[in-house]
Amino acid sequence: MGVSGTPRPVIQVSGIRKTYGATVAVSEVSFEVGEGEIFGLIGPNGAGKTTTMECVEGVRRPDRGVISILGLDPFRDVYRLQNRIGVQLQQAQLQKRIKVWEAVDLWASLYSKAVDGNRLLEQLGLANKRDAWFMTLSGGQKQRLFIALALINDPEVVFLDELTTGLDPQSRQAIWGLVRGIRERGKTVFMTTHLMEEAERLCDRVAIIEHGKIIDIGSPDELVRRHCPVRTVVLATGNALAEEHLLTIPYVEAVARQDGRFTIQGRGDDLVTEVIHCLSENRIRVTEFRTVLPSLEDVFLKLTGHSIRD
Amino acid sequence: MFRGLWKLTWLEIKIFLREPMGAVGTILSPVLVFVIAGRFMGTQLASRSIAVAGFVRVGLPVLAAMMIALSAVLSLVTIISIYREGGILKRLRATPLRPHTILTAHVLAKLALTAVTMALMVLAGKRYFPVNVRIPVVGFTIALLISTWSILSIGFLIASIVPTARFAQPIGAAILYPMIALCGLFVPLQSLPPALHTAARMVPLTYAVSLLQGIWKGEAWSAHLGDVAALVIVFVICTALSAKVFRWE
Repeated sequence: MGVSGTPRPVIQVSGIRKTYGATVAVSEVSFEVGEGEIFGLIGPNGAGKTTTMECVEGVRRPDRGVISILGLDPFRDVYRLQNRIGVQLQQAQLQKRIKVWEAVDLWASLYSKAVDGNRLLEQLGLANKRDAWFMTLSGGQKQRLFIALALINDPEVVFLDELTTGLDPQSRQAIWGLVRGIRERGKTVFMTTHLMEEAERLCDRVAIIEHGKIIDIGSPDELVRRHCPVRTVVLATGNALAEEHLLTIPYVEAVARQDGRFTIQGRGDDLVTEVIHCLSENRIRVTEFRTVLPSLEDVFLKLTGHSIRD
Repeated sequence: MFRGLWKLTWLEIKIFLREPMGAVGTILSPVLVFVIAGRFMGTQLASRSIAVAGFVRVGLPVLAAMMIALSAVLSLVTIISIYREGGILKRLRATPLRPHTILTAHVLAKLALTAVTMALMVLAGKRYFPVNVRIPVVGFTIALLISTWSILSIGFLIASIVPTARFAQPIGAAILYPMIALCGLFVPLQSLPPALHTAARMVPLTYAVSLLQGIWKGEAWSAHLGDVAALVIVFVICTALSAKVFRWE
């Protein structure tokens, strides 16, 4: 177990800093990615996600700090590293008129080992697009091709930078399934996203980054519990005595009432159980009952004071 | 060191030929211009003046050759800037492809297409061009490839400085085409005023033209080692500068 309670770390980043002229892109960024996990770097555009990722890939050299990936120095050993990692770059393009199979074939020829390109295309639902030009593919198909290219050398670590940006919800869902499939093959995934829902659904652990600094790291659940411990239960009832009873529930901090609808807020995982217990004990009949749980979106808002989309 | 070079070169050639303007614009149009101009000038004017006849016999093939070389260079500048703008260069660079392999593939692709264009021109010329002298086809093609290879290195330098793909073609043309005026093709270097003469000696195209003219006329390579050396120097300087200023993204 590593320092942060994760499995054997395959990526260790400590204290990196990168500036472009007077602009500090990232500073004092440190984190570890464990073997076999999906690790997400989340934050708004311009927060330093891509810069951080490209330093780990060996594409960029940080001004300061130490990075180790698969035991290698990414910048010095970039050519050895490239055989063991797969990369999908943000907003990348290929030659407009390159055919899908030609791209896969070229990529396969570049690595010391390669998986069967045709099977890969089949798995990614691109088999019928083998002979299509890159420019004729849809956004989702292009991203699936880039995933294929990132997987062609059977890499140990896969980098996915803003994989689903600009895709429609359906394609996005399909891509999420593919990313889970990558992890199931035992690979480590390091991804960036500015979509909180994506991070919540895919990532085992996330690091929230803003203005080039990492604010916090943990599993989505951990982060929510740590920063947004307040749970909310909304229920509707005609019972006149309900408010009195609800206020006696342990953990409850506030009860707001609007006509027959109550919004109950409190801390801790037991809140919902306690509310249900109180309702049954006092035979309060409810016509509506739902829980509102905070999400990473709320965590981000809490930590930065603004929504990620601002 | 050059893993993937042949595959990438062959791919770039295929991709280029798939472009609507690729094959037609750069291969067929110089050949057509050559044939039309050759027929027109050859039949209409050759008999009237010795100067024009001389131009048709030596100047026109050399001019056509220079146009092939320049269109190869302009096309390279455009492709490189489109690849950079679209993130294609960056994507290729994030593979085990070495940076010099990516650029070398483009040079080889352009040289291959130049040789093909040259061959077509000679074939077309054989039929329509009223020149009955023996043409040193192989030597001339080699001279053209050396010239193109050298000027392509200028192309990389231009590709390094153009801000966006939209400006690639006009900026490239604005730098390269004025060189034609000074390269000794239309006005013999000896008849230029001293200042322009010096300027002409600084223009890389001058050496390309001198080499092409000489080889076309059947002169020995040994008489043009200076031109070849100059073209090699241009290549070395431009490649060294490009290595410093070339932008991948």
